[in-house]
Amino acid sequence: MHRYRFVLFRPLQFLPVIFGISVLTFVLVRLIPGDPARMLLGTRATASAIERVRAQYGLDEPIWVQYLYFIKNLAQGEMGRSIVYKTDVLKLIATRIEPTLVLVLGSVFLALLIAVPMATLASRRRGTVADQGVRVVSTLGLGMPSFWIALMLMIVFSVNLDWLPVSGYGRSFGDKVVHMILPCLTVALSLSAILTRSLRASLIAQINSDQATAARARGLPEGAVFWRHVMPNALIPTLNLLAVNIGWLIGGTVIVESVFAIPGMGQLLVRGIFSRDYMVVQAVAMTFAVATVLVNFLADILTVAADPRVKL
Amino acid sequence: MSAPAAAVRARIFPRFEGRTTLLLGLGVLLFFVLLAVFAPLVSPYDPIYQDGTARLQGPGWAHPFGTDNFGRDILSRVIWGTRVDLQIAVLGVIFPFVIGTTIGTVAGYFGGVVDAVFMRIVDVVLAFPYLVLIIAIIAILGPGLKSFYIALALVGWVSYARLIRAQILVLKTADFVLAARSLGYSHRRIMFRHLLPNALVGSIVFSMSDTVLVLLGGASISFLGLGVQPPTAEWGIMVSEGQGFITRAWWMPTFPGLAILALSFGFSLVADGLGEWLEGRK
Repeated sequence: MHRYRFVLFRPLQFLPVIFGISVLTFVLVRLIPGDPARMLLGTRATASAIERVRAQYGLDEPIWVQYLYFIKNLAQGEMGRSIVYKTDVLKLIATRIEPTLVLVLGSVFLALLIAVPMATLASRRRGTVADQGVRVVSTLGLGMPSFWIALMLMIVFSVNLDWLPVSGYGRSFGDKVVHMILPCLTVALSLSAILTRSLRASLIAQINSDQATAARARGLPEGAVFWRHVMPNALIPTLNLLAVNIGWLIGGTVIVESVFAIPGMGQLLVRGIFSRDYMVVQAVAMTFAVATVLVNFLADILTVAADPRVKL
Repeated sequence: MSAPAAAVRARIFPRFEGRTTLLLGLGVLLFFVLLAVFAPLVSPYDPIYQDGTARLQGPGWAHPFGTDNFGRDILSRVIWGTRVDLQIAVLGVIFPFVIGTTIGTVAGYFGGVVDAVFMRIVDVVLAFPYLVLIIAIIAILGPGLKSFYIALALVGWVSYARLIRAQILVLKTADFVLAARSLGYSHRRIMFRHLLPNALVGSIVFSMSDTVLVLLGGASISFLGLGVQPPTAEWGIMVSEGQGFITRAWWMPTFPGLAILALSFGFSLVADGLGEWLEGRK
């Protein structure tokens, strides 16, 4: 079990990173020009009203005192109150986390659904027209801006075919599913390009590996060799790549949520930045950053679990 | 890869192997560079001239890519946009490249506290969603391309620093470094004249694929209204302007997006070609 000892110690290494993240978000948000109290009250607010709001949210304190308050609240599991939405920030995030989570998980699922067959085809028919086709398609996929894919999908599936709604999120479960197909597909199309390229390369390496040769020597049919020995080993580096790219993926959801008008965390963040809603920006950025760190941690655990040779 | 294996691969995979990919990519890039240089000669119309009698016209003989809601010729705007988007791709990579390689070299060479501090900063920056950090910095500096370049420089260096540092850590134990030390060369001379040239190859290949990310990032920022400002012809903005007309004028967002796709494809091919070529030489 000592291979898993890093599970206990690795979180300690996260502490400086999370501390750094908290400082960075705090400083960045306060560097954005504009006074949140003035943003909230409008241009015709009186000076005393502005002072009152500033005092209410602790904005009149020196910046390092504000940071200490922020840390103190954080330790108590509080993120403060939104200046614009006038509710507890954590409650606000709780209502916004579902669409973003669905978007991220849905696109990862769809991306794998596209990438695994494509990479399988390319690696098993290596050098053929099919392989070159997969290469061209995945290289093109890398260069497609997500907001453009989104509009193209809307034009085809919503405007011309009228199969799916143009934007929004919906209320009932079925409604939500229908609304999330195009957004997930948008992210999945670019993501699958990255995954296909990586998976193809590791599949090719694994097809010629000693263990695959050994399995063939034992008389296993090629299909069984591929699915039982080649694919599982080739998926490990690809899943790690997915974890490394989680920050990129979350950044992508910001754009996609904005194009499809999905009320998720990305949209909350962008609006928060423009309305100087300090608490919201801090909380969402922290959530994103901690999620990134956690996903990478999970990927490490998964790698160790999948491959007995790996020591971390 | 061994020589026979490379020969076999060259036989079964002749068309897309290293050199061809690279030349194809360079061809695409050359096309866009020429387009940017000769934009005034090639484009049929003035990119910001508004023809009130030709609003939202579909692709046809007079306007091969159609016109937008102001009656501006989309083909001409796409051609002029090449100037802006090529600039984004090139400048947006150069600054992070220079800063990142310098920091990575220094951190890897000296190690210790310098290295630890820089690498923790790298960890923190990497823990942030890339685009979110860029948006936040642009919100601080105000919208515009200059802010975008500064934001990229502040955020993008981390990947280069990481890559170079890993290379330097391996290289600095090599004999040629010891020889240089024994000749009494300064740290600066060893770092930048001896180590860096040997460590740079991987970063150069990465910078080519990074160009694609930067180009898409720049277009996304403009799409959100934080980058290039209208009426400048830039592909991201043009797609954004077309968003409101997807029910009536599909050509408005489609063609500028295809231009982004084509230029990215060129850069990707160059990156792939360079990578394969260098791997083959090993």
